[in-house]
Parts: sequence; structure tokens; C-alpha cells
Amino acid sequence: MTKTANVEPATLSLAVSNDPVENTAYITDFSNDDPAELRSIYRMMLLTRRFEERTGEMYTKAKIGGYCHLNLGEEATVVGLMSALKPEDYIFTNYREHGYILARGVEPGRIMAELFGKDTGVSRGRGGSMHLFDIERHFMGGYAIVGGQIPLATGVAFALRYHEQPGVVICQMGDGTTNIGAWHESLNMAKLYKLPIIFYVVNNGYGMGLKVENGSAEPELYRKGCAFRMHGERVNGKDPIAVRNAVQRLRLMAQDDGEPAILEAVSYRFRGHSVVDPARYRDEEEVRRGREDDPVLRFAQNLLDAGILTDEIMKTMAEAIEQEVAAAIDFANSSPDPQIEDLFTYMYASPVANMPGPEDALEAARIARGEF
Amino acid sequence: MPVITYRQALNETLRQEMHRDPNVMLMGEEIGVFEGSYKVTAGLLQEFGAKRVLDTPIAEEGFVGMAAGAAMIGLRPVVEIMTINFSLLAIDQMVNHAAKIHYMFGGQAKVPMVLRTPGGGGVQLAATHSQNFEVWYAYVPGLKVVAPSTPHDARGLLRSAIRDDDPVVFLENLALYNTKGDVPDEADDGDYTIPIGKATIARAGSDLTLIAYSRMAVLAMDIARRLEAEEGLSIEVIDLRSLRPLDRPTIIESVKKTGRAVVIEEGWLTYGIGAEIAATIQEHAFDYLDAPVKRVAGVEVPLPYAKVLERAALPNDKHLIKAIREALYGTRS
Ligand SMILES: Cc1ncc(C[n+]2csc(CCOP(=O)(O)OP(=O)(O)O)c2C)c(N)n1
Ligand SMILES: [Mg+2]
Repeated sequence: MTKTANVEPATLSLAVSNDPVENTAYITDFSNDDPAELRSIYRMMLLTRRFEERTGEMYTKAKIGGYCHLNLGEEATVVGLMSALKPEDYIFTNYREHGYILARGVEPGRIMAELFGKDTGVSRGRGGSMHLFDIERHFMGGYAIVGGQIPLATGVAFALRYHEQPGVVICQMGDGTTNIGAWHESLNMAKLYKLPIIFYVVNNGYGMGLKVENGSAEPELYRKGCAFRMHGERVNGKDPIAVRNAVQRLRLMAQDDGEPAILEAVSYRFRGHSVVDPARYRDEEEVRRGREDDPVLRFAQNLLDAGILTDEIMKTMAEAIEQEVAAAIDFANSSPDPQIEDLFTYMYASPVANMPGPEDALEAARIARGEF
Repeated sequence: MPVITYRQALNETLRQEMHRDPNVMLMGEEIGVFEGSYKVTAGLLQEFGAKRVLDTPIAEEGFVGMAAGAAMIGLRPVVEIMTINFSLLAIDQMVNHAAKIHYMFGGQAKVPMVLRTPGGGGVQLAATHSQNFEVWYAYVPGLKVVAPSTPHDARGLLRSAIRDDDPVVFLENLALYNTKGDVPDEADDGDYTIPIGKATIARAGSDLTLIAYSRMAVLAMDIARRLEAEEGLSIEVIDLRSLRPLDRPTIIESVKKTGRAVVIEEGWLTYGIGAEIAATIQEHAFDYLDAPVKRVAGVEVPLPYAKVLERAALPNDKHLIKAIREALYGTRS
């Protein structure tokens, strides 16, 4: 299945589309694309936009706790990637992952229910915003320890290769994450063992407040695979089609030739690092320019210009999405909390002697009710 | 009953489990060509090939995480870390990931991996190479931690660990690899396992309960035998075998019977396994105690290289006999 790629080190191109000009260019020729697919990409971007806006609202209403990070501004980066994946592929992400799991086809209600900490949530209320998971759709988790997902994703790619199964693994992360040790160790092994994996780096300009160039000695992140002779590319993360095309190409390289790659998608975070961050460290002019180039609006305009969308279709879509997100919130609101009696459920997959069990959970429930 | 070494027990069990289940594979530094720092994996590369006996780069965090990830979709990696000291580089993957994945994602993915690693000092490896960190892992809900002291238990627990669907830390000890013991005949019960989460009463007695695990359980058995022969004492020895889950009922029952307890561990005293066991006893068997629980542990210092200093810092027969006497006859001033 995974052939050893016969690529001479010298021909391993590092810079396929790192030209800054190309980085701002948008694909507007849709003649080879299926209009229905383009519309569904737009629809998913709009759903992500609306889902995240409402999520921010729900956070301020204290329906959602903990940390909460949004994909606002990154919709093309998210949906472009996801639209290139096959059902057999696996995806690991960081904690900024609501859009990715939405685009993987998981019901918005179950995602919102997880943010609300409900038993009907995708992780049964045990994970929250940063730890979304859906095994059936191979959505292998949001991870909130920076870089924690990288060795794990490499491991799934290892197992795919071990069993000679088709498919690739996408390991999504932020720009800041390319500075952590696990990144370097995992890239080395991915290349060494010829694993079918794409390291998908969302360069949104910042870690939390730290600019890319102040955290990485090599600010052109797609070049960071050179120590491992790993192929790297940079793509305009505001253009879903550019992203999708790049992923489709690298996917085949990873799957058929065992050539892992780095794909850096340049994007912009519209709001603070998390919903509670006012982001005062960014200068106004930069934020204005960043927001002006809105990936959702621009893609809509490009599709309108090409006659693939009409004002009528857009209006109907927007209304349907509004209702879909409202229904997700209703579902989350009306869902039951997890039972305290299930406090220890899922802690171990294989029961063994002396592990905490139902009786300990009943005791915890009694104490929680003040019965002691 | 055949007599084999602890190392042989591990080696044979790995081989048998790899034959039994094609998803069982090994990874770690120098486990293939070099056959393992302590030769536990000797011969397995030749027998199973490089696909199933994977020599990894020196990247503990990377390959431990890779094992955990591979386990999420059904592989059953048995990872060797040369010594437990180096496992600190992988602790994020064990503690923040392997231990959390099943619970935090609502039971959707299992992590059936084993992390084998030896701890212990006493061979002049000095401060960075002689430590006991099993308590760091035993502290973490979501992990299982086992620490066999005999070839018999090493085999039975390694089988259980490999067949278990949760991440298991399997503690070995540098000083145990060459120790010998009986294991059941292949024909008799060649496929026995030892349950995780259960201690064993390695030796029954009535005067005092001595609690230990791993190499200290071997020392405990020696001293119990010696004090019976020399002083007619009847000491019950509990070999914990599992550190998480901890078999509290076995400890409590025994102390209720004997009224006295000594616990010995090779690691440092403060916040250690002994502290947990002493607390367990005072919570559940306080009224049965005839003397305070005694703890024996390593002296709290980075372990020095010089033989004379190293010997003074590690718990040995003298420390143990002194503690047993104090538990039986009170502290002499
Ligand atoms: C190991 C670790 N260190 C620090 C943090 C705190 N932290 C959370 S997100 C973050 C910034 C990550 O930036 P980036 O990788 O660019 O992702 P982005 O948030 O921009 O998507 C930091 C430092 C953490 N969660 N984990
Ligand atoms: Mg970032």
C-alpha cells in the first residue's frame, strides 16, 4: 500500500507556493468544480461563522464554562481542509476545533451540548469545548495541551501503515505549536517511518499574544521540516479552494507514496485568543485589515460573480443556518446533565479489582446532595 | 515447575503474546539490534522482524505518544523505556493523554498500551539514573501501575497488562532481572495471568504485617524468613503487585489480624507509597493497631555515586530490621 517514495533529497521541494503574491491570490476560476460542492463549502463556512458567533454569546450567558476558543476568521482554513478529507481519514486537532468537527458532519446540537457540559454532548459532557471527539467520523479529538496531539496523530498514522490500511491522518495545530519538542520528535518519526500524515499548521499570526516571528526562529513555518527532509507548502488559508486543492494533492502523496508533509495555511484570528481575551496587543490597523479580508464574505462574492450562488440562495441558506444553530442551542439547553452516579464511568476500559465503581459514585452523589 | 529468571519470564511472555496477537508489537530505544539495554527483548527482532520490534529514535515523548495514538485504533504496543528516569520526558503523553483519552472523550477510544521500564538504584549509576518514579504514575487516575517482584508474577502480570485495554505502567527493577523463581509448567498452566489491582499475601504470619512491592518485596521476604528462623517471629508479607488500583482491603484485613505494620519502598519517604499505605491503615484499622505504622524508604537525597554513600542512602536489611523491632517492641531511646 504505502510504497517507499523514490524522491531524491535534492528534488524534495521546500517551497511550492511560498510566494507571498500567491499567498494573497484567490482562486476564482471554478470551471473544473462541481457547483453543488462549492455551495456546500460555502454553507459550511457560514454555519461555522454563525455557530461560533452564537457560541461566544452562550459563553457570556455562562452557558459554557472553562476556556473557549473560536474559529472566527479561520472558516476557509477549516472548511477547505475538511472538504478534502475522505471518510477513512483521521483528524486530530487542537482546542480551537468547533468548526472542524462541524465540517466532519457531526450534528451541531451534539457539539453545542458538549460545550454546555451535557450528557448528550459528543464527549458525553466529560470534555468540553477543548475536547470534542467522534469516533465514528474518525474525529480523534481536540487536545488542549499544546502539541499533545502531534505524537498521537503520528501514532494513528503508524497504525494505518502497520495494517496497510488506506487513508491519511491530519494533525492540525497552531503556529505557536511548531515550537514544541513533540513537533520535532514527531516529524522526525513520521518521515523516518514514511507515515501517511499531514501536519496542518494554522498560522493565524499569534500564539496567544506572541507573534509568530517572536516565537519561531524560522517564521516561514512550512520550512520547518527541512531538518527531516520533509516536504512543506504554504497556502492562502483564507481561500477554501486553495486549501482544499493543496490538501487533496498532499493527501495522495502521504497515502500512496508515504511522503508526510507540512501544510501551512495562513489565516487570521478575528477575535482574541479565547472568548475572554480582548486582544489589546494587536494594533488596530492590523485588525482592521485582517477583518476586512473576510473569508466568508469574499468566497460568497466570488461564487456570486461566477453565478454559482445567487442572492436568493444565500438568503435561504442564511435563514436555514440561523435555525439550525438555534435548534442546536435548544437541544443543548434541554439536554440532561450527566449523572453523578456516572462519575467513574469511562475511567477504565477493562474493569479490574479495587478500582472505583458504582458504589463510590453513589457515595459521591449522596455527598453532593448533602446526605451525610 | 521450571525455574527461570525474571528477564526470561519477560522475554518469553513478550514472545508468546506476540504470537498470540498480531496487534501486539514492541517499540523503544535499542530494543531490536541491540536487544534492549537489559536484554529483555533479546532474539525478538530476529523472530518477528523490524515491523513488530521497532527501534525508535531517542525521543521518549514522541514514541510514547505514538504508541498511545496507535493504540487508539487498535494496535497494542508494548513500549520499553530504558529506565524510569527517562520516562519523565514522556510524562505528558502518559499523564495528560494516555490516562485521559478514554474518560475525557466519553469512552469512545481505548488506549491499550504497556509502558515497561525498570526503576531502582544500587549499582552506582548516581543521581539521575537510580530513581523510583512509580508513585508519580500511581498518583494518576486513568493509569494502571503494576510492579511484580518474582518471575512468576512478572509473567502473569505482563500478560494481564498486554491484554488489558487501558494504559498500564509495568515497573521492573534493575536488580531483579537476574533473580530466579518458579513458574508454572507450560503444560500445566502455561497461560496463567495475575489480576491487576490485587495484592498477594506472599507469606502468612501473625505478629506483624510487612508491606512491599518490586525489589523491596524480595528483601521483605528474606527478612521475614530470617527473623522467623532466628527469633521465631511470624511476619505476614504483603506484596502489593499493583500500585494502582491499590488493594486496600488486603492490607486492612491483614493489619486487623496482626495489629502492627511496616511498609518499605525504595523511593523517597515524603509523599511516597508508604505514606499512602500508612494513611489507609490509620483510616480503616486504627482501632486494631498496637503500635504506630513504621515506614522504611530511601534517604531523601539525590543518590550519590560513591559506594559508601549510595549504600547509606538506600533502604536495606538493617533499616528494615530496625523498623520491625520498633513496631514490635516500641522505640528504644
Ligand atoms: C503545553 C502547553 N503550554 C502552554 C499552554 C497555554 N496555551 C494555550 S493555547 C497557547 C497558544 C497556542 O498558539 P497556537 O499554536 O498558535 O494556536 P492558536 O491558539 O493560535 O490556534 C498557549 C501558550 C498549553 N495549553 N499547553
Ligand atoms: Mg496561532
